[in-house]
Amino acid sequence: MSLHDWSVHDLGTEGQVREVLRAPDAVLSTPSEKVDPGDASVVQLAADLVATMRVSPGCVGLAANQVGLAWHVFCVDVTEHPKARTTHGTFVLCNARVVEASRKEKGREGCMSVPELTGDVKRATRLTVTGQLPPSGDEIVVETDAFEARAVQHEIDHCDGFLFLDRVAGAHAVYARKTYL
Amino acid sequence: MSLIAVTVIGHDRPGIIAEATSALAELGINLEDSTMTRLRGHFAMMLLCEGDTTVSQVERALGDLAADGTLQVSAREVDRDEPGTSSGRPYVLTVHGGDRLGIVSAVTSVLARAGGNITDLTTRLTNDLYMVVAEVDLPVDADESVLAAELTAIGRQLGIDVALRAQETDVL
Ligand SMILES: [Zn+2]
Repeated sequence: MSLHDWSVHDLGTEGQVREVLRAPDAVLSTPSEKVDPGDASVVQLAADLVATMRVSPGCVGLAANQVGLAWHVFCVDVTEHPKARTTHGTFVLCNARVVEASRKEKGREGCMSVPELTGDVKRATRLTVTGQLPPSGDEIVVETDAFEARAVQHEIDHCDGFLFLDRVAGAHAVYARKTYL
Repeated sequence: MSLIAVTVIGHDRPGIIAEATSALAELGINLEDSTMTRLRGHFAMMLLCEGDTTVSQVERALGDLAADGTLQVSAREVDRDEPGTSSGRPYVLTVHGGDRLGIVSAVTSVLARAGGNITDLTTRLTNDLYMVVAEVDLPVDADESVLAAELTAIGRQLGIDVALRAQETDVL
């Protein structure tokens, strides 16, 4: 199976919007446990992550520990983001890991769990990851680039207990988030 | 020729840098290295300038800036240190966690004991989250993994996340 054949409807359950936790909540620094992608609670979590991402303005990805569960699950959707090249629409991956990463570039990142800061982080712009789709558990390989690659690395970092703050490029690479009214 | 360090600290408003630098330009003083930032809305600037002038001339020239009492200006002469030939390796230390007393001193003490020299530091407090980013040069013979383990242990004690990693530099 490939990501193009997957849709959020495959989850077969309605997602509930969950509260997004903020640093310094300890769960955000906790490495996530591997999950069974077919488990009903994991499937529900996948739907909840998508639902929460969709109601959050500007949110292009969300990891399970951001809603309080240290499980290795995240969702991403960078569709229509101006910095995206390759896009795979909305998707959820369980137990994902990076198998190949190259061509690092610096870019500005924000995070719903760190609402008042942004930071410059170097990430690979060519990326290959493997992971499992809920609810089938099918193992897939995702190749992507540019902004989707950045988003996927940011979310895998969450699953491993890291925030973008752990990766900022230097003392002048952290910024107060500007809010334009 | 004397090298003079000027600091300007106080309430921020538009035009501080323009006024300070034109006063210095009128004295024929050259700006060398400078840095300016805002800390919780307070203006903070340090600069080194060089010219055929005295500290009191510089202070007089910047007098207007301090006239309304919202800014403090000071000037003093400093030695011209030759830029150190740093033989250290550059690292970035990041720390984040709940705001609590002693985070910066705890982690920087570990670095200092290892002979590390901090070359740049930013700390930020937003709501409950405290964040520290330090750029540090470590001696060539410093054992990075021992240091990282020590920092992790301190982090665990204080309930904060500490990460040390080599700074990547791209020469283009
Ligand atoms: Zn995030």
